[in-house]
Amino acid sequence: MRASAMTTELLQFTFSGLTVGAVYASVALGFTLIYNASHVVNLAQGEFVMLGAMSTVFLAAAGLPLPVAMILAVLISMVAGLALHRFAIAPARGADPIALIIITIGASIFLRGLAQIVFDKRFHSLPPWFGAEPIVIGGAAVLPQSLVVLAGMLVVLVGLWLFMTRTLFGRAILAASNNPMAATLVGINVPVIVAATFLISSLLGAVVGILVTPITLTSYDAGTILALKGFAAVMLGGIGNPPGAVLGGLLLGLAESFGAGLISSQYKDAIAFVILLAVLLLRPRGLLGGAALERV
Amino acid sequence: MVGRILGSVAIAATLVAGGWSGARAEEIRIGSVVSSTGPASLLGDPQKRTLEMLVEDINAKGGIKGNKLKLVLYDDGGDANAARTFATRLAEEDKVAVVIGGSTTGTTMAMAPVFEDAEIPFMSFAGAIQVIKPVRKWVFKTPHTDLMACEKIFTDLNARKLSKVAFLSGTDGFGKSMRDQCVAAAPKFGIEVVHEETYGPRDADMTPQLTNIKNKAGVQAIIIPGIGQGPAIGVRNYKQLAIAVPLYVSHGVASKEFIALAGEGAEGVRLPAAALLLGEKLAADDPQRPVVLDYTKAYEKKTGQPVSGFGGFAYDGFMIVAEAMKRAPSNKPAAIRDEIEKTKGFVGVDGIYNMSPQDHMGLDLSGFRMVEIRKGDWVAVP
Repeated sequence: MRASAMTTELLQFTFSGLTVGAVYASVALGFTLIYNASHVVNLAQGEFVMLGAMSTVFLAAAGLPLPVAMILAVLISMVAGLALHRFAIAPARGADPIALIIITIGASIFLRGLAQIVFDKRFHSLPPWFGAEPIVIGGAAVLPQSLVVLAGMLVVLVGLWLFMTRTLFGRAILAASNNPMAATLVGINVPVIVAATFLISSLLGAVVGILVTPITLTSYDAGTILALKGFAAVMLGGIGNPPGAVLGGLLLGLAESFGAGLISSQYKDAIAFVILLAVLLLRPRGLLGGAALERV
Repeated sequence: MVGRILGSVAIAATLVAGGWSGARAEEIRIGSVVSSTGPASLLGDPQKRTLEMLVEDINAKGGIKGNKLKLVLYDDGGDANAARTFATRLAEEDKVAVVIGGSTTGTTMAMAPVFEDAEIPFMSFAGAIQVIKPVRKWVFKTPHTDLMACEKIFTDLNARKLSKVAFLSGTDGFGKSMRDQCVAAAPKFGIEVVHEETYGPRDADMTPQLTNIKNKAGVQAIIIPGIGQGPAIGVRNYKQLAIAVPLYVSHGVASKEFIALAGEGAEGVRLPAAALLLGEKLAADDPQRPVVLDYTKAYEKKTGQPVSGFGGFAYDGFMIVAEAMKRAPSNKPAAIRDEIEKTKGFVGVDGIYNMSPQDHMGLDLSGFRMVEIRKGDWVAVP
């Protein structure tokens, strides 16, 4: 009896950690895609999540049916992603990566400020897709929306993998990530590829933002903390490694929920970051970061 | 030659100075620093709108004793450093007669020393008891303290014969301060704190903490001291885990928005709140009913937004100051301060204020109502 109560508890923490972790993973994946193609750490990645969520809330409030609002919101976020590349990153081509990172910080502050004016400063939610009544799995209460988030992440991952490995354009992205110079020589238009990674990253962010808002709520400044956590996930998994980003995100989410549940909620964030530090001390390239990442 | 130039400059300067001082005699400057953007914008935005509305209203009615009011308002974005900078500017450059505002405890505490030094009365909208205890000569505040919120909740727990509570408190200033006040006040009410958890202000999930509370034997009620989205997430997770014991949240989330965000989980949740929240549901003979309805009507007409408790703090603060200025023999800061301290029986939206040299807030527990959320609305708990 005691053991089963413990199992239930652990299961509850696992679901909690996976749901939150899926969000971190998606942000981390967005970071990774752009980083691989352009060596830019796009700290405005969290803003795409916010844009997707807030646009859906406001388009739905304006009377659009929810599915239409969601699709439009994803498009809005993609336009923002493309604009970020076109108007902020592309003109600074050839600048130091540090300068580009600072540009993305500026862009994230700009997007947040814009959202504050265009939307508002309040917290918002979206209705869950399959009701708010939790499903009991092995004694743990799980929101149907958590399963939607996890399933959505899976679909996105499989889709992204197929796109990267099975389509010519996807392979061009991989090629450009591996060696921009060689990719250019075989006729791949690298600037277009970089723009495409911004597009895909903003799509990723918007989708996860929309899926997760019924659970986590959203507001104009929801992106900041996500960018931080997503960045930690990237470091944990190994920068530049897409599976590593996903693993890092999920582990970070699990570390937070188990840390809060089993050790102390007071030091929840600290526990997650201690794990991050430990991993970086033992494996400076992150869990899945290999030596092959060395670039000159 | 030089003398003539100097002379004409001096004459011009006199004229300019004369013209300025002439204009100023007609105008009382009221300073304000609120957090109308940033993380505390939920507080500061309605406060800014309320102050602007009230100043406009008083000026339209001919001002105070014939003097027009001028509102000098800055937005600190929730940043205590910025608040302090603006406070210095209000004191040194804008030469305001009185300052109303300071949306959070953090910004208020950063500004208080500036106005203490400059000897300008300062009416804050901050919740924490530290603002007025120990009493500072020039600092006042309108909202109930977090200690009073705790006492109200404990009184209700006593009435329900519940005594063992668990806390899930926010790690932000508001959550920490209220948790500390509650834990300190608990023994006086025979309340035992059997378990404690915390959450970060931006946490998106609190099921691990609530799972622990649920599995802790003997917990009879849960209290979530916090502000912003945190308590809404907590209430959602409480419903998700189907926890059976009653749940209390703080006066810091007393808005319709909270009910919308917390969803179905909010049903049956109790919180201490100001009379403003009940509006039309106040008893016909309630002394606060007229002022509550007046403010609600005016605010909603002016802004097109539902009234919020945070705006109510600004309403009470401004009206107490305005009444004091009407009574004061001059528009000097010191004269206004003395009259604010003499405020007696002022009926505001948050309660009936009786200030004294020992009490710079002047509210008692009667201003607080225990309300329960039922079917998406507030219901007064008798």
